[in-house]
Parts: sequence; structure tokens; C-alpha cells
Amino acid sequence: MPLATRASLVLLALLAAGVLLVPAMAAVDPLAIGDVLSTRLLPPFARDPAGRLHLLGTDFFGRDIFVRTMLAGRLSLAVGIAGALLAGAAGTLVGAAAAWWGGALDRAAMAVADALLAIPRLVLLLVVAALWSPGTTTVVTVLVLTGWMGVARMVRGEVLGVRALPYVDAARALGVARARVLWRHVLPNALGPAIVATTLGVGNAILLESGLSFLGMGIQPPSPSWGNMIAGGREVIVTAPWVAIAPGLALVVTVLACTLLGDALRDRIAGDGGEQLGGRA
Amino acid sequence: MRLLLRRLAGALLLLWLVVTLTFVLARAAPGDAAALLVAPTASAADAARLRAELGLDAPAPVQYARWLGAVLRGDLGESFASRRPVADVLGEALPVSLLLGTLSLGLTFLIGVAVGGVQAVRRGRPLDTALTVATTAVYAAPSFWLALALVALFTYGAATWGLPAAVRLPAFGLRSPGAELTGLAALADVARHLVLPVTVLTAVGAAGVARYARSSIADVLGTDFVRTARAKGLPRRRIYGAHVLRVALPPLVVLLALALPGIVAGSVFVESVFAIPGMGRAMLSAILARDHPVMMGAAIVYAGLVIGANLAADLALPALDPRRR
Repeated sequence: MPLATRASLVLLALLAAGVLLVPAMAAVDPLAIGDVLSTRLLPPFARDPAGRLHLLGTDFFGRDIFVRTMLAGRLSLAVGIAGALLAGAAGTLVGAAAAWWGGALDRAAMAVADALLAIPRLVLLLVVAALWSPGTTTVVTVLVLTGWMGVARMVRGEVLGVRALPYVDAARALGVARARVLWRHVLPNALGPAIVATTLGVGNAILLESGLSFLGMGIQPPSPSWGNMIAGGREVIVTAPWVAIAPGLALVVTVLACTLLGDALRDRIAGDGGEQLGGRA
Repeated sequence: MRLLLRRLAGALLLLWLVVTLTFVLARAAPGDAAALLVAPTASAADAARLRAELGLDAPAPVQYARWLGAVLRGDLGESFASRRPVADVLGEALPVSLLLGTLSLGLTFLIGVAVGGVQAVRRGRPLDTALTVATTAVYAAPSFWLALALVALFTYGAATWGLPAAVRLPAFGLRSPGAELTGLAALADVARHLVLPVTVLTAVGAAGVARYARSSIADVLGTDFVRTARAKGLPRRRIYGAHVLRVALPPLVVLLALALPGIVAGSVFVESVFAIPGMGRAMLSAILARDHPVMMGAAIVYAGLVIGANLAADLALPALDPRRR
């Protein structure tokens, strides 16, 4: 295993442990607002009047940024993973159905996919997200609505290729139902690129969630997410930059690790044929 | 020629699909523009009158037909919020974004290909690994966070560490407030304000291009004609400049089209953080105000740009690369 892959796995494991354990073990509730005046905007490594050490400082309401970053990680990671997995699943279904049954279904599905791909994903996300009431469910829904097209095109291409192989004819000749041939024989052999794209999609989904939350259209405070923590730090960026910088660092490390893992997976599964550019945002 | 017409027809069809989808998505959402526009104290009758005035009381298909008919005549409608023609609102914002976008796109391409090229030549060496981690990290960073980090550096950092005045760059807006500048001085002022936003957009874009350029240039470096060029003792400069780039560059032109949506998305955040009055900000405030005409106008412009860029890349590739004819 290359060093980068191993490092990514270690980082993600550490992060998973951190987001699960740190908020649970914190001495003070990361959402509670205490003595604001004496504890707010402390710089990293500072102690508050009560003598508590704040590893990454405190925010405008005197809440510990390290603990909040870890708490926000729960939501950001969950939304990113759920958004990417569901988008991957939806894309696989649409792509496989389009290729397998063809005809009008195929043309309609691919026309919609092409049209959605022609709009920058962020513009699409904004239009949809801003008009529905913001929240975690909305974010996951719009991530799926705007993220299925790439996987659908890929799976469609793969299924078209696998469909022409002799063992598919053999299964049909043995009298296996069409839908069952697709499910048992074709899909398992057409999933490689979709798995890679979905893995790379996790990092992208985390980025998009943070972007929406940053603009106030994603996860709403007081639930912390990396995006809305950065948005909260924006107002004090001139006087206390660490409030916005710390959650962003956690985000960068996470997305970096996901991307390196996705790259490694691509090299393993897709070989040289998988050099498709994973479009960003 | 027939191919060109078919591609053009396809692109127009795609554009129609895009705007129709956007219309459906926007109208399917709950939330009523009129409710946001009338004063909180207005009566229900006032709200109904406003709704009728804006044409929001008609059934959705009628609204769609009216709107599409007007767009085909070149009329994008009137902003709900400011009551100005949408073409005027976007016409003010578009040049700013185009300036920001073209500067960034050009630099993205130059820097991305240069970094990718260096990595390909030094493939597997420490420099390559370091650059891979660096480009992947920048690629992993949200543009609004990079932008905020730069703002912090040039405000908080400049004050804390005492940056010399010569390198203190303005972090907000497009012009210095209150300064009455003309001619070259005004131009220099705008240029200084553009440094930070262009840096963010270029960093994110170039990181993506470098990731791609590295592998495609490395592929060319492994071909027989490069080995021949080496074997006959050509200087490195000529091998890379004359032989490798000529084959590796054309496919990378497609990257320009692929990098465009990223720059567009980045500009929404970058314009927001740096307070630059461009398309991204216009669209963002239109979305927040449920200003459908401006929102739809912006969607048409964005989709037109992306579809146009893809079409141009499709058509340019055979001209640049004889093998694709």
C-alpha cells in the first residue's frame, strides 16, 4: 500500500475517533454559551479565567473551537457520506436501467443527465437548496438530485459493454429473467468505475455541504457543521481569524484523505482506463 | 459544415432543456416571491394585486410559455426586487465576472500545465510527491475558506506581523472607496483589488488542471518518439518544448472547458467573500430574494457559457490535433 494511502486511512480513522469521542468527553457542552464576555475569541492554546485550556481557541460566544469542530465533523461526515452514497446508488439505478432497457427511457434519462451536467453543479445546488427550507434533509436531497448524473453515464457505458459479453447471452439462453440477468450478472461487473466515482464523490459532497452551509442555505446553527462554523468565523476574520481557519483545516484534511483514497482505489480497480476527470463542485 | 450545424442544434436543444429544468425546479419550490416583496403590514388584497402584477397568479405552464416567449424575443423580464430589466442587472455584473474569470482561467491553464509538466518529468521523485500532495490539498480546500485565509493574512496578519505597505493588498471590493481615480491610476487600483480573488480562483483551478496534466504529459513522455528524440541527443529544452508539448497540449485544451464550471462555482464564493459586484453575487442575492427573473437569467448565462465552452472545445480539438479529424 502506498504511503499516501496508508496516511489517509490513518487520518480518517483518527478523525472518526475524534468526532465520536471528543464531544462525548468534553468537560463543557460545546453548544452551551457560558460567560461570554470573559471567554470569547480566546486565541489557540489560551486558558480561560476558569483555567480550562482551549486548544484551538474559542469563538464569538466563548465556545471551544476544537470540541465544536469535532462535533461538526459528525454532521459534515455523515452528510457527505450519505449524499455521495445515495447519489451513487441513484446514478447506478438510472444508468443501468437506461442501458438495459434502452429506447425512450434511455434517451430521456440521458437528456436530463446532460442538461443537469451542463449547469455548474453549485448553481444547480443553490437554486434548489435556497428554495426549499434549509436543513440536513434538504442538503442530502439536493446532493443526490445534483450528483447522480456522472455515475449514471458511467454505469450506462459499462452496462452497454458488459451486455455484449457471451455470458449474458448464455444467461438469457438459460431462461433467466431480464431483470435478474441485470442484477446478478451484469451489474456486479459494471460497478467498478461507479464505486471509484462514489468514493471520490464523498470529498466533493463534503465540500458542497460546507459551501451551502457557508452561504446559510445548508445546515443551520446551532447544529455545527464545518461550513456554518467557517461562516460564523467570517464576521470576526479581521480580529480572530482562528475561528474560521480551524474548521476549514479539518475540512481540508478530510477531503484530502478522501480524494487520495479515491485515487488509490481508482488505480486498483479502474487501471489505466479510469483517467476520467472527477469534476469539482 | 453539417457537423457544425448539428453540434450547434444539439447545444441549443441542451440549453432549452437546461432552462426548462431550472424553471421547473425553481417553481416547484415552496416559497412565494410576492410574500417576500410586500411589506409585512400589507393586506392580503395588496399581496394578491402584486402577485397579479408580477404574473405569478397564472398557472405554471402559462407562466412558462410567457417567460420562454419573452426570452426568445431577447427579453429576460424585469427583476422582482429592483424592478429594473434583468438584462441591465446582469449586464452590470457580467463584465466584472468575465474579467475575473478570464484572468483566472488563463492563469489556471498556464500554471496548471507547468506544474503538471514538472511533475511528469520528475515522476516518482520527491518533488513530484510533494507537488501531488500540495495540489491535492489545494484541490481539497473550499474556495471560500482559501479566500478567508487570504483576507485574514492581509488584515489580521498584516496588522500583527507588520507587513510592509507595498505588499498590503486590499481584501474587499473592486475599487478603493472614496478615492477619485482616473486613467491608469484607476486601472492599477482595480488590478490591486483583483490580486487576491484571482489568486484563489487560480489556485483551485490550477490544482485540478495539474492533476490531469501530470498524467497526460507522462503518457506522452513514455512514447517511442520521445525516446527517439532522446536517443539522437536532442537537448531537453527541444524535446519538451517542440515534441512533447505539441502532442500533449491539444487534449489539455478540453480542460479549459472542463475547468470553467469550477471557476464559475468558485466565483460565487470568491465574489461573496471579497465583496465583488459580479454575477455570482447577483445570482446569490436573487436566489435569497426569490427574484425568479434574475435567477433564471443568471442560469441561462451560466449554462450558455458552459455549453458554449464545451462546444468550442469539441470544435477546436480537431483543428489542433490532426489525429482527431
